[in-house]
Amino acid sequence: MTPTVNIRIIRNGRVMDPANNEDTIRNLHINPAGRISHTCPDERTIGPENIIDATGKWIIPGLIDLSARFREPGHEHKADIRHESLAALSGGVTTVCIPPDTDPVIDSPAIVDLIKQKSKCGTVPRIFALGAATIGLKAEQLSEIAALKDAGCIGISNAGISVSNNQMMRNIMDYSASHGMKVFLNTQEEYLSQYGCAHEGHIASRMGLAGIPTASEIISITRDLALIEATGVEAHFCRLSTARGVRLIEDARQRGLPVTADVAAHQLFLTENDISGFNSNMHVLPPLRTERDRDALRQGIIDGIITAICSDHQPHEADAKLAPFAETEPGMSTMDTFLPLILKLATDNIIPLKTLINCCTNNPAGIIGKTSGNLSPGAAADIAILDPEAEWVYNIGDGLSRGKNSPFNGWLFTGRASHTLLAGQLYYQRD
Amino acid sequence: MNHPLQLDQSGGLKHFLTIEGLKRETLISILDTAESMTGVTDRSIKKIPVLRGKTIANLFFEPSTRTRTTFELAAKRLSADVLNIAVSTSATIKGESLLDTLRNLEAMHVDMFVVRHPQSGAAHFIAQHVAPHISIINAGDGRHAHPTQAMLDIFTVRRHKPDFGALRVAIIGDILHSRVARSQIHALNTLLTGEVRVIAPKTLLPIDVESLGVKVFYSLKEGLKDTDVVIMLRLQHERMQAGRLPSEREYYHHYGLTRDRLQLAKSDALVMHPGPINRGVEMSSSVADGPQSAILEQVSHGIAIRMAVMSMALDRTRATS
Repeated sequence: MTPTVNIRIIRNGRVMDPANNEDTIRNLHINPAGRISHTCPDERTIGPENIIDATGKWIIPGLIDLSARFREPGHEHKADIRHESLAALSGGVTTVCIPPDTDPVIDSPAIVDLIKQKSKCGTVPRIFALGAATIGLKAEQLSEIAALKDAGCIGISNAGISVSNNQMMRNIMDYSASHGMKVFLNTQEEYLSQYGCAHEGHIASRMGLAGIPTASEIISITRDLALIEATGVEAHFCRLSTARGVRLIEDARQRGLPVTADVAAHQLFLTENDISGFNSNMHVLPPLRTERDRDALRQGIIDGIITAICSDHQPHEADAKLAPFAETEPGMSTMDTFLPLILKLATDNIIPLKTLINCCTNNPAGIIGKTSGNLSPGAAADIAILDPEAEWVYNIGDGLSRGKNSPFNGWLFTGRASHTLLAGQLYYQRD
Repeated sequence: MNHPLQLDQSGGLKHFLTIEGLKRETLISILDTAESMTGVTDRSIKKIPVLRGKTIANLFFEPSTRTRTTFELAAKRLSADVLNIAVSTSATIKGESLLDTLRNLEAMHVDMFVVRHPQSGAAHFIAQHVAPHISIINAGDGRHAHPTQAMLDIFTVRRHKPDFGALRVAIIGDILHSRVARSQIHALNTLLTGEVRVIAPKTLLPIDVESLGVKVFYSLKEGLKDTDVVIMLRLQHERMQAGRLPSEREYYHHYGLTRDRLQLAKSDALVMHPGPINRGVEMSSSVADGPQSAILEQVSHGIAIRMAVMSMALDRTRATS
């Protein structure tokens, strides 16, 4: 992907930068090196193509997505970096973290390099890998965590594979702590979630689907918190799905443990009710839970307990979803609707806009140890310009992700990205 | 939850996937149609030409003798041509997807699939993806539904005790894994049965089973009291291996239906079992073969119910085309 042009001035937009507590209408300037600048460029030295008129639009830091699968290497029949990158850019996403469950698994620097090459590191969006905590994600042997860090991994994770052996998890945490690596944790207990494909509750009981109980998340988080306390490792809990999970994180943070947590955007809208009719696009892990859980997740964001919202984008080929519910592969293609869903939480008056922007820019930057996610002078000009008034219907056929397994087909949205800049260069512009 | 998928625009039965969401009148019309079909079975020539020229494929992804045989007999008595296709699980392992199997059969100009599959929702999935002129009858999908079995059980109950509002019905055993129980519960509640009880240890009960409209008992002795109909479910050996029960012996001791225990129910209580019975695990032989047992009746009613459902679904197609 090649940039079209260097942007130097974004004129007259509503600049919303939660990191600097800013919400003002003004011009934003970018220096020739692609960084945010105080100084207005000499307009005689730039052309009209270097200026964007953002009247009526919002200017926010580019979105940072803590979890999206781009399916390379190994699952190119589902999606690929090129298409998913475009989908990300068209939704204002400038930084993406990819979990290590590629094939081969990201358990050695060679695979990290391979991904860098594939994404032509230095172009867009910025792709950061999470390194596998164990070789092949088998939860048996530590991978070379220090080498993965040197190769650029922003954290360690065992993706969706539970590490049931407590000693093994303790070793992962101890070793990661020694090398200053953050551990990203899934929240499913292996045995309680083993055969499940839906929230264990009255809907799954009615449909005859094997359930995953709330206790799976409680046990997993509780065990990991005990080990975090013992090892002192910095940890991030991925994809909370239950009200009880939110309470556990709140309690841990109050006790001063170095933990953060995120939620997938779809968990803030969908519930177990949506699986009725056996719609396989609703098959996702952790499963869609109760309305009470969904409301607690929303409140968790408002209360600052959950500090990041991610897409949890998992594109699949059509065949992966063409089977009876439990036999389909879990996961939703959500990159196309990531930003629209976040904006919808604001337009529906569910969560304040500022909090939402924080949860997909400044906060996730902090979680992955980056200084991006803000519009401070000197920061790389990774910017999303939004048209907040645009009303549109998401039609899966028009989506840019190769994964058509979205549960949001036909949803009405207000607001979307009109331009996306990375280091000051215009990479996406809506026609 | 409504499943309009199984109804056509005028509310007729296009597929028969689940009892849930069907109206009371629909169930009664199935029962009444089945009643008229029983006459066919009693004739010397056991055939009527209702489905002559139609092809029905029994598509079984799980082994079954009784259900498949009664579907086959039912189809033949309606003069349909019948294909029996046992899809071994190895075919799926070879990489042939369910949808591929379906497309192949569609090409053979089949009018109806009778489907049994180990996954919940399989019949819905097939109904959603099959060519529009084909009807799907669910012959059991995972733990979800087995609507023809439930209807034949209801049919059996109605022949003995037609006033459902006055009945207290107990379903006993592995409710968690039972598609039969789920369909029975929906059917009984749709017909406004006085009280539906389930009796099992918690390891064999789905979470929030009360939400299906049943009263829960962990004790057989308490749950059996004053019941009019006692439905026993089959207990599969795997439940012990999965750690849900300690032993068949202990299960029989606490949940097995013996002649003594049956005294707790009403004196004319009907005893039923979808079969095949594990004698000495779910019930004693003296009960299974005793005077209150309707187990063999259930089997023969199975043919009438399946004739009714097949003719309703396919005759409808004929009427509208």
